[in-house]
Amino acid sequence: MLLAFDTASPTVTVALHDGTGVVAAATSEEGMRHGEQLAPLIERVLAEAGVRPADLTAVAVGVGPGPFTGLRVGLVTARTLAHVLEVPVHGVCSLDALALQAVADGAVTGDFVVATDARRKEVYLASYDAGGTRLDEPVVDKPAVLATSGPVVGEGARLYPEAFPDARGPERPDAAWLARGVAEGRVAVLPPEPLYLRRPDAVARLR
Amino acid sequence: MTRDEPLVLGIETSCDETGVGIVRGTTLLADAVASSVEEHARFGGVVPEVASRAHLEAMVPTIQRACDTAGVALADVDAIAVTHGPGLAGALLVGVASAKALALSLGKPIYGVNHLAAHVAVDQLEHGPLPEPCLALLVSGGHSSLLRVTDITGHAGGVAPMGATIDDAAGEAFDKVARLLGLPFPGGPHIDRVAREGDKIAIDFPRGLTGRRDLERHRFDFSFSGLKTAVARWVEARERAGEPVPVADVAASFQEAVCDVLVRKALDAASAEGIEDLMIGGGVAANSRLRALAEERAGKLGIRVRVPRPGLCTDNGAMVAALGATMVARGRAPSPLDLPADSSLPVTEVLAG
Ligand SMILES: [Zn+2]
Repeated sequence: MLLAFDTASPTVTVALHDGTGVVAAATSEEGMRHGEQLAPLIERVLAEAGVRPADLTAVAVGVGPGPFTGLRVGLVTARTLAHVLEVPVHGVCSLDALALQAVADGAVTGDFVVATDARRKEVYLASYDAGGTRLDEPVVDKPAVLATSGPVVGEGARLYPEAFPDARGPERPDAAWLARGVAEGRVAVLPPEPLYLRRPDAVARLR
Repeated sequence: MTRDEPLVLGIETSCDETGVGIVRGTTLLADAVASSVEEHARFGGVVPEVASRAHLEAMVPTIQRACDTAGVALADVDAIAVTHGPGLAGALLVGVASAKALALSLGKPIYGVNHLAAHVAVDQLEHGPLPEPCLALLVSGGHSSLLRVTDITGHAGGVAPMGATIDDAAGEAFDKVARLLGLPFPGGPHIDRVAREGDKIAIDFPRGLTGRRDLERHRFDFSFSGLKTAVARWVEARERAGEPVPVADVAASFQEAVCDVLVRKALDAASAEGIEDLMIGGGVAANSRLRALAEERAGKLGIRVRVPRPGLCTDNGAMVAALGATMVARGRAPSPLDLPADSSLPVTEVLAG
């Protein structure tokens, strides 16, 4: 029984996978406030499926890239749950969950990129092949620098249409796909470490 | 210590210390702290994003260390307590999220508590149940307040602010003056150490908000910004004149000015309220001169002084656990699982409802 969640976008998303398929899922109705919404959503998903915390056998968490505060809420929750329950915790690049969903939905057929909102007028971006396998490490930069006329999955395309005119597929990660990716071995599993991609401002200034 | 007293794990992440404490009733079992202070030292102050990143990395190892020290399994814990404010928003969130994950996976209640009240409650671990009423003087890098405490759980206005700083916190003044004198961050312990070699009446630095007119409006409030400026001017004048700066004398005289005002106002507040117990907490309470001066002057007024040992004065998880245990012992209702982190939580809100 795998519990999966992602907090790398303004949406908090939680899903439960029993090894065969997703048995329960929930998504926050309002954006942000990850710290308030995540635990009650997990509680709700477990209750809906009639699963006790002790029944969980693994935890999967989106490791970003994404806004830091929300990201940390997800990661510390995953690490703490895994510690208490003595189960493994798997990290997944949040962009990979979007890529997996886009391929499964048929929103993309050839190579594509995933671009999400990095705030400060920048996007997080990574490239994928037609099967949804990531081809490089995610980066953060101005849309104009990363601009492409090819298909773009994720919120970045809606926010910056001049840089990414060919918007496709889902905008924000969905934990159901994160869960399927891990349970069905369709995404690369990473350590549960946040993909910040940026140094803290004060540290950056010091260099 | 009896088995029926609640076993409570407390988490504190409001600033740069990741603290996890475990208590049974008023007995301290573990007080694990991981600090990112060295990462902030080169910036001369706490950098919120650096602190938040450090909390995430330290959280689970510190929980583990606390359990090992206490010799308890997480499953034995009766309740989780966590600082949900005030403090740095991003830092608080890491502790609050971890506490919720503990409560959720263990099936135990969670108590979101006020950091300032926890600084007061921690004294129970050292000196037993808190006398109520008592007057609390809380001084640290983030706070300087005088509180009238009639019920530490906050029930029925149990924690009421009487005064607070109108500008810098006392600990901030220590940091800034230390920097001026070429002493490392955080300034408090270094000033305390250097001041021992100095003359505390060498320089007559100003005592903020103690003039007659100030007392009318700000009888129990503090101000340390003028003092900090006065020290800077004094040091600059010396340097301009090409004379050496007597670091020990400046440190001792500055420290005396801070402690004099803190103690004077705290005792005035206690006397005004007819309160016979003064509790001093927060990082600055570790200052040796503050303790000595408070004890000396309070004794003459028949007021008892309680100061926890230095390790319990600075931010830690034990203080949060201590307040949580009091909540359980007094039958307070736990907090909901959607409790927020509130960076500007008022001191009157002791328990998240
Ligand atoms: Zn504090």
